[in-house]
Amino acid sequence: MSLLEVRDLHISLQTYDNVVQAVRGVSFSLEPKDTLAIVGESGSGKSITVKGIMKLLPKTGRIDAGRVIFDGRDVTEYSERQMRRLNGSEISMIFQDPMTSLNPTMTVGKQIMEVLREHEKMSAQDRKARAVELLRLVGIAYPEKRFGQYPHQFSGGMRQRVVIAIALACNPKVLVADEPTTALDVTIQAQILDLLKSLQRKINTSIILITHNLGVVANIANKVAVMYGGQIVESGTVDEIFYEAQHPYTLGLLASIPRVDDDSGSLKTIPGTPPDLIDPPVGCPFAPRCDRAMKICRLLRPEHTRISGTHCSACWLQHPYARQAAGKEET
Amino acid sequence: MSEVLLEVKNLKKYFQIGKKQTLKAVDGVSFQIRKGETLGLVGESGCGKSTLGRTIMRLYHPTAGQVLYNGKRISGHLSKEENRECCRKMQMIFQDPYMSLDPRMKVVDIVAEGLDSQNAAMSREERESRVVKLLEMVGLQREHAGRFPHEFSGGQRQRIGIARALAIRPEFVVADEPISALDVSIQAQVVNLLRKLQDELGLTYLFIAHDISMVKYISNRIGVMYLGSLVELTSSQAMFDRALHPYTQALLSAIPLPDPKTERKRSRIVLEGTVPSPVNIPEGCKFCSRCRYAEDVCRRITPGFHQVEEGHWVACHRYAER
Repeated sequence: MSLLEVRDLHISLQTYDNVVQAVRGVSFSLEPKDTLAIVGESGSGKSITVKGIMKLLPKTGRIDAGRVIFDGRDVTEYSERQMRRLNGSEISMIFQDPMTSLNPTMTVGKQIMEVLREHEKMSAQDRKARAVELLRLVGIAYPEKRFGQYPHQFSGGMRQRVVIAIALACNPKVLVADEPTTALDVTIQAQILDLLKSLQRKINTSIILITHNLGVVANIANKVAVMYGGQIVESGTVDEIFYEAQHPYTLGLLASIPRVDDDSGSLKTIPGTPPDLIDPPVGCPFAPRCDRAMKICRLLRPEHTRISGTHCSACWLQHPYARQAAGKEET
Repeated sequence: MSEVLLEVKNLKKYFQIGKKQTLKAVDGVSFQIRKGETLGLVGESGCGKSTLGRTIMRLYHPTAGQVLYNGKRISGHLSKEENRECCRKMQMIFQDPYMSLDPRMKVVDIVAEGLDSQNAAMSREERESRVVKLLEMVGLQREHAGRFPHEFSGGQRQRIGIARALAIRPEFVVADEPISALDVSIQAQVVNLLRKLQDELGLTYLFIAHDISMVKYISNRIGVMYLGSLVELTSSQAMFDRALHPYTQALLSAIPLPDPKTERKRSRIVLEGTVPSPVNIPEGCKFCSRCRYAEDVCRRITPGFHQVEEGHWVACHRYAER
């Protein structure tokens, strides 16, 4: 059984005079020790998907349909209170910006102990010992001294380490990292990625990583889901996505990133811009920007076609009938 | 090789923090940019690359040193005429397309602002047609002229910013992280646009960014900055083939490649610690506190910025021994 299973999740956001259909039928599952990367451009619905899973949606957000099954429990109908017990202890989250996700008026140690007080029965002494141990675990030098310091005394990379320490305080089963390295410099990013990998080995958590950096994905993930226009358009193992991608959007995305180890000509681009999800397209969300779009792409949303046991693509080109037709016509 | 367009000589920009402390944002930088060339400037946040760009653009007064444009000094005090001339030849593209466009101005007025201030006597029709031409050049349409910035996406806004910068036909453009606020697929569009415009208009760019892989695509030469100084400067090919400075090597090795198979095999130079504060710069080589090869001499003497091969400059005592 999967650790986390999301089935046909639909989430909408109410804006001033419209409804944005931010997530339109997302399904995936996460096994223990997996690192699943959700890749997509801003506005593709990747952050809202995980916020929906954790019930951290803004007030304007609503889950319209779908189920979230965590560790055998259906948490879709959980109240805020029930969810609060789960969040932080069994599922926890690392936010994008380490500058704003810590409380500037509280010492770092206190912020770590806060999670422990909420979720674990521990004496104050044990809590302190555990907090110091966590700081050491995430690679902060002089943890005893750093315990009593405030966030402004930490650099960006160090703050992200503190955020990770807080997230890992109760040994969660799933760690959700929403763009954990986007706000950091490359050399610091490399440190944080190494840290996440080594921590995963030590405490056996599964990670859901949200990012738009495909280099980061290649470095850390073993499974990838590519999102576009509120849907997962392709998913598979990291090798399947990078070397055997089928969906035109994934291919375009891979071609548009510059590579330092390769010098072939100018960059390929995907023309146009992502769809407006206030009035989402009926057919495939990528059809208006796709150079291989057919008539059916604009009319009907493609189903997920299985390419291998782990590899799925939502594109009419991969549909068994399309393959047969192409075989007959030799086009 | 073509002539030198811009020359920066030992440029320094210090900021006073409180009464006693000085932040050395740019600390003795020298380089030249030739006509038609793109110089990429990379470095981590806080290394002074944006301050350098802004000082060249005369947005800051340099603390010391000179900027020469076509052999003429353009830093420090200039007469009104000289200043106007300078503004006409050098323009800037800003990082954040959401903050660099006035939300209360129409696109036509944003783009034409430079035209208005430079030659006020232009007729209305001419102004309009110039703006439309510019918008079409950057891949926007005629009807976009009457709209407001909030009606555009990030990539489109950056195109408006580019059109504004090019309105008065500058020769030299400083692009300060023009793509870092944009999505990957849109970044490629903007970079390709900048390259196309360079070919068509013969522009010279100073391209500031922290994403080295993108910089490689657009630049002829790349300079790497660390704590306010250039540590290495060479052609973009040489930078990736044989970087000499240990900081450059670490920076290159830290970029995760979009290729899972190489990523699994690759060993990475992980830098210890973080960048020292630019208020408290260590003595000797600025990088020595994080350098794997640091020796006694590195801690005592600041290495000079020397040319070690044709067109390859590096500031390191020990580059040759390794």
